[in-house]
Amino acid sequence: MLQLNGFTCVRDGEPLFVPLDTVINAGDVVQIAGPNGAGKTTLLRSLCGLFDSCEGEILWRGKPIVGAKHDFLMQLLYLGHHPGVKKSLTARENLAWFAGVNGETGSLDVESALAKVGLAGYADIPCHQMSAGQHRRVGLARLHFDASPLWVLDEPFTAIDKQGVERLEAKIQEHAAMGGTVILTTHQALSLSHYRTIELVKYTEAFHEVRHA
Amino acid sequence: MHSLPANNQHSSLTTALTTCFRREMIVAFRHKGELANPLIFFLMVVVFIPLGISPEKTVLMALAPGMIWVIALLATLLSLDGLFRSDFDDGSLEQMLLSPQPLPWLVLTKILAHWLMTGIPLMLLTPLLGTMLYLPAEGYLPLMISLLIGTGSMSLIGSIGAALTVGLRKGGLILSLVVMPLYVPVLIFGASAVNEAVQGFAYTGQIAILSAMFVSALVLAPFAVAGALRISVNT
Repeated sequence: MLQLNGFTCVRDGEPLFVPLDTVINAGDVVQIAGPNGAGKTTLLRSLCGLFDSCEGEILWRGKPIVGAKHDFLMQLLYLGHHPGVKKSLTARENLAWFAGVNGETGSLDVESALAKVGLAGYADIPCHQMSAGQHRRVGLARLHFDASPLWVLDEPFTAIDKQGVERLEAKIQEHAAMGGTVILTTHQALSLSHYRTIELVKYTEAFHEVRHA
Repeated sequence: MHSLPANNQHSSLTTALTTCFRREMIVAFRHKGELANPLIFFLMVVVFIPLGISPEKTVLMALAPGMIWVIALLATLLSLDGLFRSDFDDGSLEQMLLSPQPLPWLVLTKILAHWLMTGIPLMLLTPLLGTMLYLPAEGYLPLMISLLIGTGSMSLIGSIGAALTVGLRKGGLILSLVVMPLYVPVLIFGASAVNEAVQGFAYTGQIAILSAMFVSALVLAPFAVAGALRISVNT
């Protein structure tokens, strides 16, 4: 599905991490790991096309993403560091907007999506009245009605309690079993049956080691 | 899912635009203070002019057309900084950029909402302000028409500046500096339409030029805003 050839992100003229060569297939769960500042979030953002100061190439189904932008975005669900949940709106209004901008025209079962992230009965509560964890869960509820096969999740477990983490892991596993792809960053160990980890190595440190070897 | 039929794409665009527009309106109505801010500014300045300059009828009559236009311009400027700010902060701007729908269209719904929430109320308030500044009776219609079209242009042009500066922590000042020169033609033709009318001349020429500026802004601004937003998010 996604192929990275010598791919790295560049900031201030300097590559952030040692270039990656990898293929991510349908059904894969990929954890991006690495120290703070290694460029995990930047990598995810550039996978989605939000950050374009990069070297190397990313191929989506064999084609560069730029050429297949609409097709790519139709199949992408990105959940960023800020989940895109507006505080003055209710959970229902937020989810309706997500569905709308992502091109879903069918009816939306907000209640069941919210129930699945443990927010049953919160559909009409303004999000500024919710706790940080509940706020994140509203964003996570998108995973339960969006049909996109490619999920890119930046720190999805932040502020989520133990039970919520279990549910989210189950959902990720289910998505992968159905042929979806999940790329996520997290610092905690995942309790999934199969997933692989891509360790980002800071370019400056790698360079350092080579020079002293 | 690979290639949707054309009519399906069309209907999903319509859904996206209506949901975006509805959201903008709901958010605007939940922040009533921000909504009232430019209006109160507008009203306050007009109240202060007679106190600060002169309550003399002849003086105020001469000042009224230009004054009302300048204040409307500043009131619009005041409201621009918030246009993309909260979307940028809570991540919904990223989601908009990642939508499969064309970004210039989504942006246009935001600008439309901004115009409905600032430009139109300003325009509706002018008869009251005109009375306070002894605006001659023949000036009201051209003032309202020119403000109707002019505030539209100002929302469109201003959104480019707002999009360019949204990534900066203190973008307010730069926003004013970027947008001000672009507002000058709108101000000149808007105020002159009212002045001409007050002096008993035809003002259709000025209105035609204002409309031409509005139409070009309507066609070009959404693309400029979309490009500017992509740059602002690219950090």
